[in-house]
Amino acid sequence: MTTEAIHDSHEHDDHHDHKMTGIKRWLYTTNHKDIGTLYLWFSFIMLLVGGALAMGIRAELFQPGLQFMEPDFFNQLTTVHGLIMVFGAIMPAFTGFANWMIPMMIGAPDMALPRMNNWSFWILPFAFSILLASFFMESGAPNFGWTFYAPLSTTYSNGSTAFFVFAVHIMGISSIMGAINVIVTIMNMRAPGMTYMKMPLFVWTFFITAYLLIAVMPVLAGVVTMLLTDTYFGTSFFDAAGGGDPVMFQHIFWFFGHPEVYIMILPAFGIVSTIIPAFARKRLFGYSSMVYATASIAFLSFIVWAHHMFTTGMPLFGELFFMYCTMLIAVPTGVKVFNWVATMWRGSMSFEVPMLFSIAFVILFTIGGFSGLMLALTPVDFQYHDTYFVVAHFHYVLVTGSLFSIYAGAYYWLPKWTGHMYNDKWSKAHFWCSLISVNILFFPMHFLGLAGMPRRIPDYALQFADFNKWVSIGGFAFGLSQLIFLVVVIKCIRGGEKASAKPWDGAEGLEWTVASPAPYHTFETPPNPEDIKGQ
Amino acid sequence: MSTEQNQERSEKDNKTTKTVKKLVLVVFAMFGFGFAMVPLYDVFCDITGLNGKTATTAAQVNEDGIDESRTITVQFISRTAKGIPWQFEPMINEIKVHPGEMKLVKFYAKNESARDIIGQAVPSVSPGKAAIYFQKIECFCFNSQPLKAQEDIEMALQFYVDAELPEEVSTITLSYTLYDITSAVES
Repeated sequence: MTTEAIHDSHEHDDHHDHKMTGIKRWLYTTNHKDIGTLYLWFSFIMLLVGGALAMGIRAELFQPGLQFMEPDFFNQLTTVHGLIMVFGAIMPAFTGFANWMIPMMIGAPDMALPRMNNWSFWILPFAFSILLASFFMESGAPNFGWTFYAPLSTTYSNGSTAFFVFAVHIMGISSIMGAINVIVTIMNMRAPGMTYMKMPLFVWTFFITAYLLIAVMPVLAGVVTMLLTDTYFGTSFFDAAGGGDPVMFQHIFWFFGHPEVYIMILPAFGIVSTIIPAFARKRLFGYSSMVYATASIAFLSFIVWAHHMFTTGMPLFGELFFMYCTMLIAVPTGVKVFNWVATMWRGSMSFEVPMLFSIAFVILFTIGGFSGLMLALTPVDFQYHDTYFVVAHFHYVLVTGSLFSIYAGAYYWLPKWTGHMYNDKWSKAHFWCSLISVNILFFPMHFLGLAGMPRRIPDYALQFADFNKWVSIGGFAFGLSQLIFLVVVIKCIRGGEKASAKPWDGAEGLEWTVASPAPYHTFETPPNPEDIKGQ
Repeated sequence: MSTEQNQERSEKDNKTTKTVKKLVLVVFAMFGFGFAMVPLYDVFCDITGLNGKTATTAAQVNEDGIDESRTITVQFISRTAKGIPWQFEPMINEIKVHPGEMKLVKFYAKNESARDIIGQAVPSVSPGKAAIYFQKIECFCFNSQPLKAQEDIEMALQFYVDAELPEEVSTITLSYTLYDITSAVES
């Protein structure tokens, strides 16, 4: 009887949640939709902050010579730009999608651990405040690159290491809690009839991503802890004088770092695999092969880390091992690209904005994949290493890959989130401006890199001047284009054409069986098992 | 709410708690694994000579004879780490040896500052795969080297190259980096 009473009072509380107003609603919320919204807004703000830093970088590189800043400040810009985009923009955006969509997609009333969910979001602003605050300190912000290689970040640190480490610890704790929440939700909260192989692909990809997160974020926490004690407490994990080894830093860092890049792309695969069938009006080609391909990529990501370190003087056997393992990743990735194309093949395609972003994703991500394959080749990597070719590669997979998929997903689910259709003209303007400018921005970087322009350098040889000018122009245009998105979203929240429960006629999934905008509480009683269809 | 629903609910809560416990365990295990990589890495490097790490203790004198059919060039380079005001350099830049042949070379070090400093040289061999074949019988790098202000010293290195050295290696570069470990020794 007692437990019943407690449960009852809980329910009571839950139903009063949405009556809380103002800032309290957001601070105390345990509702997965609210927290998803917070994550998405936070990541968009971080995108703009990180983008502003990138504008600084491109302004300096517009012309050869030093115009606007000291090299040390330039290093701070590249470092914080990388950290913010990776940990502040891309990862929280996907966690936002996960929070909003996973409970609705599997027919659960909420995430399994709603209070932890609140906490995992609300520590994030603190992490990034600490990181950004270091810009205004005497030491300056971290200037050792987002990869914070020792001894740059220990012996040669400008004094920002402690703040950096503390910020990364908080980000890591947040990601780990988010990941635990997703796994527990998916394992225990699926509606009756929602078997694993009936789960939407976004749920699958985030399920696997969450496992990657709990496997490698603790390793990141460990490596930054070593960094901290090396810098301030006299240990010598990475200091040769005390018997340590700086190359070991790179091994531990990239053991985290390589799975990390898949953490940032696997959910993108899930989003695109949801959208393409909806607008091709065909079932996804090869659902189960998509699941297995995702799992294989996740597994392989643990045994390829040293391809970031070909030039550290590895033995030939090591170089060959990591080269072949890396190239092996092209196989499951190829399966995915093939499946997306096969889904579109002879489909009744229409080109709404989510679909445009998804198609652009498939093409441009594949370009990024190909340059990745080139970088995987040990002999040529010695030429490409630490040049703009690498910069071009990872921006193609992260910007036109991850970020484009986030936009695709945002447009796809905006009607569900807001209850309104977004403005078609403005959103198309956003797409085309982004598409054109992003290629002006990143495509010439391939050639700059091949010609030998090093990354993370504030100045360059004269022969690179013309290309850099175009890259910078593309950069400014791309940065401004993202403001269009802000306009579209605000307009969409405020009004616009009413969206029906299922505004896309080809869309599948439980989230379209509830009204638009999605009610504050959904699936308090499990959905009708007949609504759960295989993919 | 019926008791049945109640039971279902507490069952679900139990399952949730179980899964959370398992996952938290994984998190701690992986945090530990990050640190376990430190000794693992050392063991791995010791076995394979990966990363140019040489042995930190003296090798036995060679008794397997000298292979005069091969000549190996051994180059010496030296470097001082940030913050140690010493002059430190090999007295000979390179030397030709037959595998198995013992050689003695000297390094010169001078404390150019006005304070007493304890230095520690850390060796590294390139190419990495030659590291385990580079045998040091006596080396100043086995111990730290204290030097008083303005004092200088000639430090000895006695070594031979193991006859098992892979065929394709004809040049070995031995690099020493000198670190100031005064504060670490004193504390």
